[in-house]
Amino acid sequence: MIESLIESVLAFWAWFPDWSQVGLINLGLIVAIVVPLLLCVAYLTFAERKLIGYMQVRIGPNRVGPRGWLQPIADALKLLLKEIIIPANANKFLFVIAPVLVITPALVAWSAIPFTDTLVLANIDASLLFILAVTSMGVYGVIVAGWASNSKYAFLGSLRSAAQIVAYEIAMGFALVGVLMAAESLNLREIVLRQQGGFHQWYVLPLFPLFLVYFISGVAETNRAPFDVAEGESEIVAGFHVEYSGMTFAIFFLAEYANMILIATLVAIMFLGGWLSPVDGLIPETWVAVPIVGALLDSGIHWLLLKTGFFLFCFLWFRATFPRYRYDQIMRLGWKVFIPVTLVWIAVLGAAMQTPFGYLFH
Amino acid sequence: MIFEQIVFYFFAVVLLFAASMVITIRNPVKAALFLVLAFFTAASLWILLEAEFLAITLVLVYAGAVMVLFLFVIMMLDINLLRLREGFGEYLPIGGIVAVLLVIEMAIILGPRHFGLQKIAAPAGHPASYSNTKELGRVLYIDYVYPFEIAAFILLIAIIAAIALTLRRRKDTKYQDPRQQVRVQRSDRVRLVKMPAEKKP
Repeated sequence: MIESLIESVLAFWAWFPDWSQVGLINLGLIVAIVVPLLLCVAYLTFAERKLIGYMQVRIGPNRVGPRGWLQPIADALKLLLKEIIIPANANKFLFVIAPVLVITPALVAWSAIPFTDTLVLANIDASLLFILAVTSMGVYGVIVAGWASNSKYAFLGSLRSAAQIVAYEIAMGFALVGVLMAAESLNLREIVLRQQGGFHQWYVLPLFPLFLVYFISGVAETNRAPFDVAEGESEIVAGFHVEYSGMTFAIFFLAEYANMILIATLVAIMFLGGWLSPVDGLIPETWVAVPIVGALLDSGIHWLLLKTGFFLFCFLWFRATFPRYRYDQIMRLGWKVFIPVTLVWIAVLGAAMQTPFGYLFH
Repeated sequence: MIFEQIVFYFFAVVLLFAASMVITIRNPVKAALFLVLAFFTAASLWILLEAEFLAITLVLVYAGAVMVLFLFVIMMLDINLLRLREGFGEYLPIGGIVAVLLVIEMAIILGPRHFGLQKIAAPAGHPASYSNTKELGRVLYIDYVYPFEIAAFILLIAIIAAIALTLRRRKDTKYQDPRQQVRVQRSDRVRLVKMPAEKKP
């Protein structure tokens, strides 16, 4: 009975031409990445409200569903049902397409992320550069949204955001130069595999300044507190998305959180050994054979999720802790502090690799 | 092969459309956005040519950084289209001559006589493991290291010159020094004065 069912499914599968089989498999893989990602986004908003609530000695949302667990679902439903208002004299086409321009790069970048040694949608040679290039396109959505809205506040917000993203992208790119010098590869999978052999091999130790610069630039790139002057509700209401309502607003929101998860994952991959276990290669082989503990200690996707979760927690923690930066100070930090720091550390790295101590940086 | 051709023609059509929109559309912001689309599509075409490093760099540098700054400036300008079009007829003959000359020159150099299909053999395809980046690095940093360094040096000088030419210190700017702000003490700002209480007469 079951065999005949499998056979008929296989026959149905073989009926598709070859090229469409490849397309269908990739489509399935894309769905398998995007759906959990969107669920993560939904529950990240919930985690944010809860965590910041606890940090401020409040309870946070606790009314919808058991302990408030259905809150993000309710929020999504509410936003879906709301009317999308297009302001008078706004450029309709650009106004509607701006959220699409923001969410697309935020999702496309995930295609090159290696979740484990084999679990990667597109293992391309220059995946690090690819992600940097794709995420740099996200700024257009913000600029177009601000310009098309035909509103002063939105326009000011988008100008702030554009200047900020361009400034911090340079520091981010330089931090990545250090990583690719150490790994001698632009491929994210290779970068992780180069960090094998326990937590002391992770790049966070030799590249500590670059790690700090990259993570803080990541916070600035995603327009999160304390660098959220693009929204700056005390000065320009809500910045570039002040005119957006309903689902168009929700998509900006979604993209921001998807970008947060992306940055956290990238930091985990490039500086903390991605899916590698911290005791990888340090514990005897026999321990790995122990049923449950062994599987947990062994390298796997759970380590990547754990490290990503830690950095996401940091994102929320920052928001609850730091007051917003003043705009000129953001620019000063980006141009006058981070870029020199990364340049100096790249020079140190390059010089150290020529000495007998070069192995420390590989 | 047919799939590759469909992809090529799709991108080629989009590229031509975007490029012609850049020069015909009235609104400068929209023109800049079409230029971004043109860069992006050109990058896609380069990927078809197996030049993925160059394609990604094109998106990263031109679409991701240069055009953002460009848009940034254009959006803040209040461009009066009527005034821009005032001298159109006046400049048309000179502009037309320059354009025609350019086209003739390009036709002479880039024509099929030098770049025809039979002149240049089709490059062999490479396996998926072939690293474009590594090959490019090898050529740039080993075969052409001196020209590359000289070009880099000239660019550096150009950057410094551009900054030096435009840098001007204004006397009236309210510049804040964060170091000073952080180091400020209470005694710098507040002066405690001891005064005897006034007695009612």
